[in-house]
Amino acid sequence: MSVRRLAEDNVQPASFAFTKENASWAKATIKKYPKGREQSAVIPLLMRAQEQDGWVTKASIEAIADMLGMAYIRVLEVATFYTQFQLGPVGTRAHVQVCGTTPCMLRGAEDLINVCKKRIHAEPHHLNESGTLSWEEVECLGACVNAPMIMIFKDSFEDLTATQLEHIIDRFDAGKGSTVETGPQVDRIFSAPVGGLTSLNEPEPAARKVTTRAKKTEGDSVSVPPSNAAKPTTDAVETDPKLKTPATAKAEAAANTKATGDTRAEGGDNEAKQPVAAAGKPSLEDKDRPAGIARPATVDDLKLISGVGPKIEGILHELGIFTFAQVSSWKLEERAWVDSYLNFKGRIERDDWVRQAEALAKGGEAEYIRVFGKKPR
Amino acid sequence: MLKDQDRIFTNIYGTKDKSLKGAMARGHWDGTKELLEKGRDWIINEVKASGLRGRGGAGFPTGLKWSFMPKESDGRPHYLVVNADESEPGTCKDRDILRHDPHTLIEGCVVASFAMGANAAYIYVRGEFIREREALQAAIDECYDAGLLGKNNKLGYDIDIYVHHGAGAYICGEETALLESLEGKKGQPRLKPPFPANMGLYGCPTTVNNVESIAVTPTILRRGAAWFSSFGRPNNVGTKLFMMSGHVNRPCTVEEAMGISFKEMVEKHGGGIRGGWDNLLAVIPGGASCPVVKGEDMMNVTLDFDGLREVKSSFGTGGMIIMDRSTDIIKAIWRISAFFKHESCGQCTPCREGTGWMMRVMQRMVTGNAQKREIDMLFDVTKQIEGHTICALGDAAAWPIQGLIRNFRPEIEARIDKYTANATAHGAVLEAAE
Repeated sequence: MSVRRLAEDNVQPASFAFTKENASWAKATIKKYPKGREQSAVIPLLMRAQEQDGWVTKASIEAIADMLGMAYIRVLEVATFYTQFQLGPVGTRAHVQVCGTTPCMLRGAEDLINVCKKRIHAEPHHLNESGTLSWEEVECLGACVNAPMIMIFKDSFEDLTATQLEHIIDRFDAGKGSTVETGPQVDRIFSAPVGGLTSLNEPEPAARKVTTRAKKTEGDSVSVPPSNAAKPTTDAVETDPKLKTPATAKAEAAANTKATGDTRAEGGDNEAKQPVAAAGKPSLEDKDRPAGIARPATVDDLKLISGVGPKIEGILHELGIFTFAQVSSWKLEERAWVDSYLNFKGRIERDDWVRQAEALAKGGEAEYIRVFGKKPR
Repeated sequence: MLKDQDRIFTNIYGTKDKSLKGAMARGHWDGTKELLEKGRDWIINEVKASGLRGRGGAGFPTGLKWSFMPKESDGRPHYLVVNADESEPGTCKDRDILRHDPHTLIEGCVVASFAMGANAAYIYVRGEFIREREALQAAIDECYDAGLLGKNNKLGYDIDIYVHHGAGAYICGEETALLESLEGKKGQPRLKPPFPANMGLYGCPTTVNNVESIAVTPTILRRGAAWFSSFGRPNNVGTKLFMMSGHVNRPCTVEEAMGISFKEMVEKHGGGIRGGWDNLLAVIPGGASCPVVKGEDMMNVTLDFDGLREVKSSFGTGGMIIMDRSTDIIKAIWRISAFFKHESCGQCTPCREGTGWMMRVMQRMVTGNAQKREIDMLFDVTKQIEGHTICALGDAAAWPIQGLIRNFRPEIEARIDKYTANATAHGAVLEAAE
């Protein structure tokens, strides 16, 4: 534990108020927590007050306590417990926080502290003569692989040497702190090793996801079954990946679906010769196929039947189905044939195409509305 | 060596696109909705089956922890709290996740929150990680804009993620202290039981997980538990972010498979020990709270939970502090004692008084201004602090000193001898009182 007290009264300002921007930010922050738990926002609010004024003043503690409906002592407790809150004035241009914990110490943090002692003040938490700089030694700042490092306000400067720190302090003292590059001060990418990457340096495969997935299905000693996790749930037909040329026509594509069974088990190249009937897709020569007719002069708009879209209409036309009368005359077997041909899983029955077509054939749209109580489509 | 395609954190160095689009191109957020559709039990079982152990230091099985949450809500909301209060000296992995690969964490929050029925997740980032916090918040905002978070989102599960931060207290990395801090109080750990799974944040069921534990889960679920558990030895599986700091030629953070040997790790990624392998003095293998291990004992160590227990230390967070023979080992451990003295929350007497006492004795031992019998006394005091405090900070403060005395006692004695010899040589008068 460290003993931390508020600054002397003679440096404490009389009052505190958030700027307009900060006040609205504070309101939004308080809203992040459930009702009645506004107290949770105390650390963010104190931190914002510190950013605004440079340090946490007694007035700001009281103002924030009032905002959050907390007792003053509770906010004071928080402000003194957490060591990131500065309880006294710090340098206006830079407050240098040097990490002095073991990993940084091993790589020369003591030299950095000596620079601060020499350049700023012999004691931590003291301002230099012009009041622009101050420093302190802090416990681990969490950049151990970039040791030694310092932090000035929001930015960290890593992989430092004493000379570099002097240079950085100079720049900040001159009010040009923003020109110093943040992060590692040597030639390296953040926490990656100096002198180039030792990992994540393999050239990326062009289509990474596809290759990993393909490897999983083909490998002999696959211990992990291919995951379906990322696959969308859809009823669309899936082409067997073993086929060299995916069929474009709908009927052929349907015949190529995976429903043919596990093709891997039967060897590579004979699935093309398999009878189409085995696919569970009815053949075009089947006796249950509804009779087709040549394209008549006037073609009914089959799309009016709920369940028929432009694509399905095209397939029906290929089968020689052009009129409502044809559809309404389908018998049970014929309906089943069309249903399985379209891979519709009983949709024809559910949507009752026959009754729809009957109504449309009899009196068009008006009859449809009379029977079904709504417009077709 | 782990192949790049098996690395979970594909942008840990920030060399690639950090945006949501970039993360998606690298395979994150792929089919998250379908993962959720498989149900809570599937997710928890898969995480259990993967053998993932918490990456925050204690190594508690993550899936098991999740399963402690009540299955049905009793009216109280559930919370997920992510512990990004990374303050253990030697540890800096979460920093890189937060600033360079935040989408792994955000997606993990969604999956984990779903698995335990939480509709709100708080990410507690340590106060000093300001830029990291900004990067994380930017990534979260991006997800809100893309409809991946919030109410009625594309994933079909309402979830809000809030970023909260601390203000420089190491103790807030302890889960109950973190909850206290999140509630706007001093970060002093709570007595357990009740455990957070029953009474956590705001008195509601809560699970606290490390950043890395949460961030790896979506990838585990996508690629399968068997894939994850194929790395490393049983009970010590998976990939892990390792850190090497101190006297290696090229300190770095790197993701590797568990069970990699210390030698391979240092050679491949750390560029070797400064001054060669003979120059290795000691290693603190898993963050400052782990007992120090002698260099020669470290040569054949396998880097995982069991491997480091064999050398009487612990794996911790995977942050190795490596020291060569130029190191004043007593001073290095004294600095750790000073750290713990500074960070003790002051709640339990053995820790509040003990950490300061140990630091002062250690300070005298650095110069050698001590009696040899005080070494035993110091060891004895560490044993009295260990296990007699609410949280593990007392233990953490005791272990480095125990490790030092166990491994480097001759060093301490030699220093005391030297100091005494100097004192006599410079004319200190040692006469019996008449």
